[in-house]
Amino acid sequence: MNVTMLGGCVKGSDGALWKSRRRDLDRPREKDFRRELPYWLVLLWSDKDRAVGWTTAVAHATTVEDVTVIATESLSKRFPRVTALDRLSLDIGPGVTGLVGANGAGKSTMIKILLGLSPATEGRAEVLGMDVRTSGAQIRERVGYMPEHDCLPPDVSATEFVVHMARMSGLPATAARERTADTLRHVGLYEERYRPMGGYSTGMKQRVKLAQALVHDPKLVLLDEPTNGLDPVGRDEMLGLIRRVWTDFGISVLVTSHLLGELERTCDHVVVIDGGTLLRSSSTSDFTRTTTTLAVEVTDSDTHPDGTAALRAALAGAGVTLHAGVEDGLPGAGHILLLEAAGEETYDLVRDVVADLGLGLVRMEQRRHHIAEVFRPEASPQHEDPQHEEVPAR
Amino acid sequence: MSTQTPQPSQAAPDTTRIHNIGYRSYDGPRLGRSYARRSLFSQSLRGAYGLGRSAKSKVLPMLLFGVMCVPALIIVAVAVVTKQTKLSIEYTQYAIFLQVVIGIFLASQAPQSVSRDLRFRTVPLYFSRPIERADYVLAKFGAMASALFLLTSVPLLILWIGSLLAKMDFGTQTQMFGQGLLSVALLSLLFGGIGLVMAALTPRRGFGVAAVIGALTISYGAVSTLQGIAYGTDNLGAISWLGLFSPITLIDGVQTAFLGAPSSFPGGEGPGAGTGAVYLLVVLALVAGSYGILMRRYRKVGL
Repeated sequence: MNVTMLGGCVKGSDGALWKSRRRDLDRPREKDFRRELPYWLVLLWSDKDRAVGWTTAVAHATTVEDVTVIATESLSKRFPRVTALDRLSLDIGPGVTGLVGANGAGKSTMIKILLGLSPATEGRAEVLGMDVRTSGAQIRERVGYMPEHDCLPPDVSATEFVVHMARMSGLPATAARERTADTLRHVGLYEERYRPMGGYSTGMKQRVKLAQALVHDPKLVLLDEPTNGLDPVGRDEMLGLIRRVWTDFGISVLVTSHLLGELERTCDHVVVIDGGTLLRSSSTSDFTRTTTTLAVEVTDSDTHPDGTAALRAALAGAGVTLHAGVEDGLPGAGHILLLEAAGEETYDLVRDVVADLGLGLVRMEQRRHHIAEVFRPEASPQHEDPQHEEVPAR
Repeated sequence: MSTQTPQPSQAAPDTTRIHNIGYRSYDGPRLGRSYARRSLFSQSLRGAYGLGRSAKSKVLPMLLFGVMCVPALIIVAVAVVTKQTKLSIEYTQYAIFLQVVIGIFLASQAPQSVSRDLRFRTVPLYFSRPIERADYVLAKFGAMASALFLLTSVPLLILWIGSLLAKMDFGTQTQMFGQGLLSVALLSLLFGGIGLVMAALTPRRGFGVAAVIGALTISYGAVSTLQGIAYGTDNLGAISWLGLFSPITLIDGVQTAFLGAPSSFPGGEGPGAGTGAVYLLVVLALVAGSYGILMRRYRKVGL
């Protein structure tokens, strides 16, 4: 590492001033592994950004992954006429967690309880290790919340609004302004942040809503249907942003959605609830990344009037597992060939076969299995669920 | 769980890479609930005068503030020039004479303060932060009452300074000024409470404005008409009891009974100390009631 020692500080090659600290282990996010450091380990801490580096090779940081962010134990919430949550026990670790359920499945009730705003009928819940019943205010200080509905006054600018919300979270005035500028930049709002929010597009409004949830640097954000009302591009951007909240900012995310498909790319973990009970809780990598389905579409040529059939025959001859079914109900489905990609070589094989046949390759893309299939084991694996929109993996 | 941890968890010296990921965490103080309540209070108070809002929204409150002060300045100027020994208006009467201005100020600013948060559903954002319902209500109530107090007490201050410039008796003027301040403080609390309750019950700002104006003028119109009839029919006892039914006559009654003010009731038939105690109780009950209603109102808004 290109660093030079300057007194108590280290100057990095990028000009950033790195301070070495042994104490000040007060940042709870890192606390868990820093506490275990022997004193001779020097933690580098930048005044520019939060990236940390180690000066010794033996820095085996214990993970932050075994920490529980949200834990509930037979949590129930009953209203006079409905049971919103029914003995729900969950254990959610750091990372991006998707909370999936149909409308009325209990997602919003869950968020209210987690914020300490609505008492549970029975059972208990802990957020960041604090009991929701007794430590509501402390939890809300370290948790961000983005509501599903519109919540922005149209006649103030994003900057003014987010600064105010930062102060409501307890940040002093100057810090509130600095953090607001930073956060709005991170969510992708630049010059327009000085304009009244009434003129914003839905995508920009969603970004401001996300920014106000992040402005006080929480340890956890609860995002209620953040992709609601967005077009496909806006949806993709929002999902990418949510992913970055964890990977770049280190803030754990609980995101609710009623669309299973869109969470598979974003979440490390998906919890499905229905009628207030837990249907399934599992890691997305467990069931969406084991095998890859490739979708291939080719043109027809003079020698091969039906290019798809010719390719199917050629690939079958080369020993590739082909899915018999095509995507029913989708336009142009008859021209799309689905096959099992065992590894890198399958891609090359398809390319070569298509070239040998003299066909034009229109597209070749990955199709992940849908979470929907996993939760409905009786569904035939050959059939994509036509009710769920296709999500090409990136 | 397969996650990408934000921090490089293991690193040998030669492979250490520092990613400039640009996100800065916040290590500074978090000042918590009481700070948030104070911030909300000052934001709402400034907002009542259009500060921190668009230029357009500064016009009306500033204009009304000016209208409140101009008569005081004229009175003072006349008093100084003509070397009067007594101001031509009582401190306690000033707010009563300019009640229409106060009413317009309240009707325009109370909905601004609470209806917007309800209408644009910003309230859940507050309650997902450390402050609680009581903090929100207290901050908004306090800010509205303070804004009204500013509006009503500054003219009194002008009168008092003017009276000293005109070399009137310091002791008497100061005592009367103090009584005037007490009276407008009570008025600010009462009007602030009534205005906020009206505004909080109507998420649409226009309705809020109409409701506040209506509550103040209709009740005052009805009470003064009935008082006039009572006076005309020589039913003098009824006059002071009728005064209990409108905010401004309530204040008038309290200051007649306890703050040495001349009554504005027909024939100057203000309440005595006994009836005055009832007035004071009603005022305090209304203030407390407004707080209670606001608390109830926001219980449902939660998230």
